[in-house]
Amino acid sequence: MSASSASGAARAASPSPPPPRSAPRRMELRALGGVLHREWVVFTRYWRSTTFSAVVEPTIFLLAFGFGIGALVAEVQGMAYLDFVGTGVVAMAVLFASVFPAMFGTYVKRRFQHTYDGILAAPIDVRELVTAEALWIGVRSGTYGLAPLLVASAFGLRPGWAVLLVPLIGILTGFGFAAMGIFLSSVVPSIDSFGYVISALVTPLFLLAGTFFPLENLPGWVAAGAVVNPLYHTVELVRGAVFGLAGASPLGHVLGLLVFAALMWTAAVVGMRRVLID
Amino acid sequence: MSATQPAIALRGVTKRFGAITAVDRLDLEVPAGICLGLLGNNGAGKSTTMRLLTAQAIADEGAVEVLGHALPRESKAARARSGVVPQRDNLDEELTVAQQLEVFARLYRVPRRERDSAIARALELADLAARADTRIDALSGGMRRRLLIARGLVHRPELLLLDEPTVGLDPQVRQELWSLIVTLRDAGTTVVMSTHYIEEAEELADDVAIMARGRVIDRGAPAALVARHAGAEVRELTGDARALAHAETQARALGLPTRRRGPQVAVLRAEGLDGQLGPGRTRPAVLEDVFVSVTGEEAT
Repeated sequence: MSASSASGAARAASPSPPPPRSAPRRMELRALGGVLHREWVVFTRYWRSTTFSAVVEPTIFLLAFGFGIGALVAEVQGMAYLDFVGTGVVAMAVLFASVFPAMFGTYVKRRFQHTYDGILAAPIDVRELVTAEALWIGVRSGTYGLAPLLVASAFGLRPGWAVLLVPLIGILTGFGFAAMGIFLSSVVPSIDSFGYVISALVTPLFLLAGTFFPLENLPGWVAAGAVVNPLYHTVELVRGAVFGLAGASPLGHVLGLLVFAALMWTAAVVGMRRVLID
Repeated sequence: MSATQPAIALRGVTKRFGAITAVDRLDLEVPAGICLGLLGNNGAGKSTTMRLLTAQAIADEGAVEVLGHALPRESKAARARSGVVPQRDNLDEELTVAQQLEVFARLYRVPRRERDSAIARALELADLAARADTRIDALSGGMRRRLLIARGLVHRPELLLLDEPTVGLDPQVRQELWSLIVTLRDAGTTVVMSTHYIEEAEELADDVAIMARGRVIDRGAPAALVARHAGAEVRELTGDARALAHAETQARALGLPTRRRGPQVAVLRAEGLDGQLGPGRTRPAVLEDVFVSVTGEEAT
């Protein structure tokens, strides 16, 4: 350290007057903003690779299923199969863009990079940290969820005005699955354990949600079980928004996603508090 | 915090990890404006104590107060006024130096209008202004350490917690960081520094608290500790095993504490011995003699 910097340091090091007291129990927007800003800055470094995988993978699913199965099945539930799968893949895109970064990203930041130790030394608590992380991933995945719709539109999908609600559905879904991923990252013993989670949980979630085929054709107990699959509610809401399907009220599906998000957020806060605070 | 209020007060604090008691009924008070060195070997409870001060560890028993805020309830308010330099490097590798400081300026709630100047000040403090746009993964170990300190100071905290600030650094970088810590203390920042380097505590701390087995064994200014436990001089005796054992017995008979160090026996409070106990050399007593004397452990 140079002599000039040492003299500068004397000026620079003087403590500042105390900032306003922060509320001990309240969730503070300033705290969320700090974490969100960090995520944004990191994202500006990696947005190309992140966006590539989040957009290209669902698009491949859409084209492969849409044209592969679509050649064999003309219509499903009164709509062209490409339209059916195009809306279903929105939910899958949101799931993949939320649960995977939440599981792996959170685990790496906690166990290997110790990022959260640094953040929690600042005036931020675990609740705010989890909320900001889930919110960031939720907004990002909700945005990425639009990609399959754009691709399907290029192949003839003509959505109604309510398609504007799809990002909101995606954000709510993404928030819930991000919180789920954060919670799982706090309970797995090692990063390799995510293999079990993907095979036993994530794969059934996206296959048994009405994404690629209607659930009515499945055994009754599977179809009934889909009600507890949050992604099923996302699929129904997205199809309802895009095609304006009459009949079913969206409120039950919205409520299902809200309950899921609230439960997963609570689990994530408890789980992360357990592993981050001694 | 009033003028007479301590910056830190721990009263009867205990922290357990299963069967292990990391901090054991710890009482510690740190007046504002001093540099306190927490000196102890690995496992003495220093790092746990540091984490208790940021509420990243919660005490099982006792009361923790930082800058007048009771923890953990008011921990956010206390952390807003404290800076932390962790032992473990947790910089965001993918960001530049300036980006990292901006992220933490926001996390520490530096107002928008003051943010640029706060970052410039932190860069100047750490002598990293020329590296503002360098990615962190391209910095040397010393630069990363300085950036960690700058990051903990970006909001000009009243209290700085340094957990083993110079561990693993080469001597030149260590000297640079020592200068910086002295500057901070002289500017009025309260500094609490955990270290297992005795010369670091001796050099920097106004007050040293020697920790072992989760408790503070003794505390005082380095010179006072040395005078209290090791006297003015130490006589280092050499010889074969039998001669050393004999010298130890003689020293104890005279009421003088001793310590074994390889092929030597060091006799504390040796001023006035005047060549008794056999051949050897006399040197001034140092803090290391105190550490070994009060903890019964050699410094690591």
